[in-house]
Amino acid sequence: MTASNDEIRILTPSGMLGYGFPVDHFKLGLAQKPHAITIDSGSTDSGPQKLGLGEMTCSREAYVKDIEVLLEGQRAAKVPLLISSAGGDGTNLHVDVFRDIIVEIANKRGWHFKLASIYADIDKGHIQKELKAGRVEPLGPVPPLDPREVDAATVVVAQMGAEPFLKALDESEGVDVVVSGRSYDPSPTAAMAIRAGFDPALAWHMGKIMECGALCAEPVGRNVMGYLRRDHFEIEPLNPNERCTTASVAAHTLYEKTHPFLLAGPGGMLDLSQCKYEQVTDRRVRVSGSRFEPSKHYTVKLEGAKTSGYRSIFIAGARDPIFIAQIDGILAKVIAGTRAYFAEVPEEAYRIIPHIYGKNGVMGELEPVKTPAHELCIIVEVAAATQSLATAICGKARTSLMHAPYPGRIATAGNLASPFTPLEIPLGQACEFNVYHLMTVDSPTALFPIKYEEI
Amino acid sequence: MVDTPLRDIAKVIRSKNAGPFEITLDIVFKTREDFEAVKRSGVITKELVSQLYNVPTQAIITFGFFELVNAVKITLPRPRAQGGVGETDMHAAQQHVPLQEIRVPWPAS
Repeated sequence: MTASNDEIRILTPSGMLGYGFPVDHFKLGLAQKPHAITIDSGSTDSGPQKLGLGEMTCSREAYVKDIEVLLEGQRAAKVPLLISSAGGDGTNLHVDVFRDIIVEIANKRGWHFKLASIYADIDKGHIQKELKAGRVEPLGPVPPLDPREVDAATVVVAQMGAEPFLKALDESEGVDVVVSGRSYDPSPTAAMAIRAGFDPALAWHMGKIMECGALCAEPVGRNVMGYLRRDHFEIEPLNPNERCTTASVAAHTLYEKTHPFLLAGPGGMLDLSQCKYEQVTDRRVRVSGSRFEPSKHYTVKLEGAKTSGYRSIFIAGARDPIFIAQIDGILAKVIAGTRAYFAEVPEEAYRIIPHIYGKNGVMGELEPVKTPAHELCIIVEVAAATQSLATAICGKARTSLMHAPYPGRIATAGNLASPFTPLEIPLGQACEFNVYHLMTVDSPTALFPIKYEEI
Repeated sequence: MVDTPLRDIAKVIRSKNAGPFEITLDIVFKTREDFEAVKRSGVITKELVSQLYNVPTQAIITFGFFELVNAVKITLPRPRAQGGVGETDMHAAQQHVPLQEIRVPWPAS
């Protein structure tokens, strides 16, 4: 179904593929004959280990469950289904995992359709070339990109804009399902609206709200419907017990954003400072006045992470008030003693980091409360080049702390209450984000190859 | 007027990552009147944020009172890149507490 001249309706069942969503509300959305179903699965929020180690945000099983419902909806509505940022990080590896899940479900159910897979891994040689040409710059409080960091990254992806989705839908006749690598979250929704000829500013703003599902509702929910028209859009949650209010929709762009009104994305800046929010019904809000300023050069955001050695931890409780009152001094001595014991390992080759819950485990130096609680949870994190070295250092630190002498000690049998075995817990490889930069591109689509197949 | 902590005045006080290198803090008020009153009090300043979060004022990325959403928004560089060695708060979801404790002169209830 193509959008009429006056309205395009887009259905987004959830802010995150793989978290599950109420199917009955999804069906209420399908009944309104949407022109597209869009859903994002991307996020850097749960950490660098996805990009660094190839992990996914949710389990494969969780993705299978959600994707089967989506494919069924696509079949019923006969409109494009767009899934973005496969696996959370949107690497080629995870686009292929999603592609395989889709094929598996289609084979099981005997369904046939046309699938487009859009990839977002960026060739490191290309990044190095652009870096030399001065076309890569830091995004926010990040150091300039060091070419060695590009090499160290496990993989680097770029966030695609709307253009690769437009290309996938236009260049090959009759694509039913699109699964993409890393995308700017609003891109699939914006692409559908821009393709139907609507104002890109409204398209991006509506996409920005809908990529979070019904997070813009009160109470927050999953399924949401967007209605985009010539000079405004409207937004309404599909759960009858949720409502959008002018306050909840306007405030949504505060969430996890650097600035409430200025939202930079591929190709330009969305400016919401002049927006008008009106309550249309008690559950629906109309938005107008969004503005989009195309940037001089088209840039995409690069994301990469590298592995950085191995970690082990120990977890222990402390309850003795005489011990707790001296915890900082005792730990400092234990760490110094541990370092002396491992004198043959270069000091900078490993790190020992205490986390003391009940004192300042959450806020560290910034903790305003200076008096510790009546019991502490002590976690000591050790990072080193190998798992065995990390565990060995961790073990030395634990046994030293367990038996550390301190002034006034009357509990002479041991200082720690250990809940778990292994007493030292190997955590595997640590990762860190090391590429978070903007790269200028000549074409918004050239870096994002598309594969088409009949399933 | 009584010095009243923001946690008794605001509707929302929260912190979260804004990407892996920034932390963003939102204080959303129940009404425009409350928003205006807190703004007028002059208590919430860049200098106060700098002190509470141990960040130089010139490093503050966003600081402002935004009338359209009755909110104060503050964005700061993260103390370390998200999720690396030494992380204490992967989502930066529990870094808002110092804001709750800010005291503003407020009519006694």
